[in-house]
Amino acid sequence: MLDLRGYGPSLMEGALVTIQLAFMSLALALTLGLLGATAKLSGSRVMRYGATAYTTVIRGVPDLVMMLLLFYGGQVTINALSDYLYDAHNIDFFYQFNPFISGVLTIGLIFGAYMTETFRGAFLAVDKGQIEAARAYGFTRWHAFRRVMLPQMLRHALPGLGNNWQVLLKTTALVSIIGLTDMVRIAEQAAKSERAPFLFFIPVALVYLALTAGSELFIRWLDKRANAGVAREG
Amino acid sequence: MPDNAPLICRDIHKTFGNLEVLKGVSLETRKGDVVSLIGSSGSGKSTFLRCINLLETPTSGDVIVHGEAIEFTTNRKGDRIPANNAQVERIRSKLSMVFQGFNLWSHMTVLENIIEAPIHVLKVPRREAIERAEAYLQKVGIYERKDYYPAQMSGGQQQRAAIARALAMEPEVMLFDEPTSALDPELVGEVLRVMQKLAEEGRTMIVVTHEMAFARDVSTQVLFLHEGRIGEQGTPDKVFNNPDSERMKQFLAPKY
Repeated sequence: MLDLRGYGPSLMEGALVTIQLAFMSLALALTLGLLGATAKLSGSRVMRYGATAYTTVIRGVPDLVMMLLLFYGGQVTINALSDYLYDAHNIDFFYQFNPFISGVLTIGLIFGAYMTETFRGAFLAVDKGQIEAARAYGFTRWHAFRRVMLPQMLRHALPGLGNNWQVLLKTTALVSIIGLTDMVRIAEQAAKSERAPFLFFIPVALVYLALTAGSELFIRWLDKRANAGVAREG
Repeated sequence: MPDNAPLICRDIHKTFGNLEVLKGVSLETRKGDVVSLIGSSGSGKSTFLRCINLLETPTSGDVIVHGEAIEFTTNRKGDRIPANNAQVERIRSKLSMVFQGFNLWSHMTVLENIIEAPIHVLKVPRREAIERAEAYLQKVGIYERKDYYPAQMSGGQQQRAAIARALAMEPEVMLFDEPTSALDPELVGEVLRVMQKLAEEGRTMIVVTHEMAFARDVSTQVLFLHEGRIGEQGTPDKVFNNPDSERMKQFLAPKY
């Protein structure tokens, strides 16, 4: 049996942090992605420009830089705001950025931009006649969106979503830089003090691999479901 | 008795940018009328049909469904828009449309396609909606395909399913937008036969079509549109056998 020299439990805890971080970031990214895509396709020029600025900036800046900017810059901004509120209005307010929330915010924000593009393409791929039929039968806009647009859009979005999710999962490793004790950070500390990099990094790599492989299977299953009625064509 | 007329359209105009597609088209129907809209491509017949259920908003003119006029207002850009979305949705539920490209919802089975609008728009109880759907599937002859997805069926079967979907709304008026134009020639007949059966039952139908035999044999009224105006109008006998306009005569002349 693998001897992790007493680091086993904390590595397990770190793995749990990684998984929580990934899922919470995913939820944020999906929300931002749907909002972003809706904004990009909306009739409002302000919304379109805003969403385009968002995706352009985020996709053009390295993830690590974004993360450092948000974690350190965010704290500096909050501190300044807190000083100002206390001096000017005598309001006592302070917030300490914690690495986990910063991680979720940054990763969610970054992948929200990629999801925006994925969803936008998927919305555009839905046949206009499908929505037209819904409207012609007296569906409200919301009903047409929920019952026709969303399920059909998902079919087109799933491959891209699966891809984004895998990259997101791996990006969580970056949060160890800003001090979150995720699986990678614990492995790094253990490897250093025990002088045994293979012993600690290989299990970490295997955990990531297991997570991505598992996701792959899940996404394939989802894809099969979403393509009901289309896959058997021809 | 115009109040009981299922559908009245008065002086419908429609402009896209600088292009005036409809230059004043009117139509009055009685219950049980089958109106064929014929004319060459670009004559405005499909646009007119789409103005009836507000898939296009008429630039001017009135649409009156069973005595109720659709209300319009003007938006900030100066375009005419429906004043009341809830009214439009309610009126649309009385005017089912059958599309050229079928437009069955591809992620739903045939049965799901048919019960969707009755359940969610008309608020029919699910069990009753299913019974209704099965009866209409029997009528159009594809009951045994009820659990198929649209992509698993031929074009003719898909269009018959789409007709069953339209029937399940028990509409005042059925709108058909070139229902056989996307079909292989050998599948046209099965769809036209279903439509003929509906006409014989006394359903009110507006049919945009290139099937001249159908227009001549099945309709009660024929409208020939030419460049956005009514070029000829009347009973099939008059329009086909004794047209006034030169353009209609040309349209009917043998092409080779």
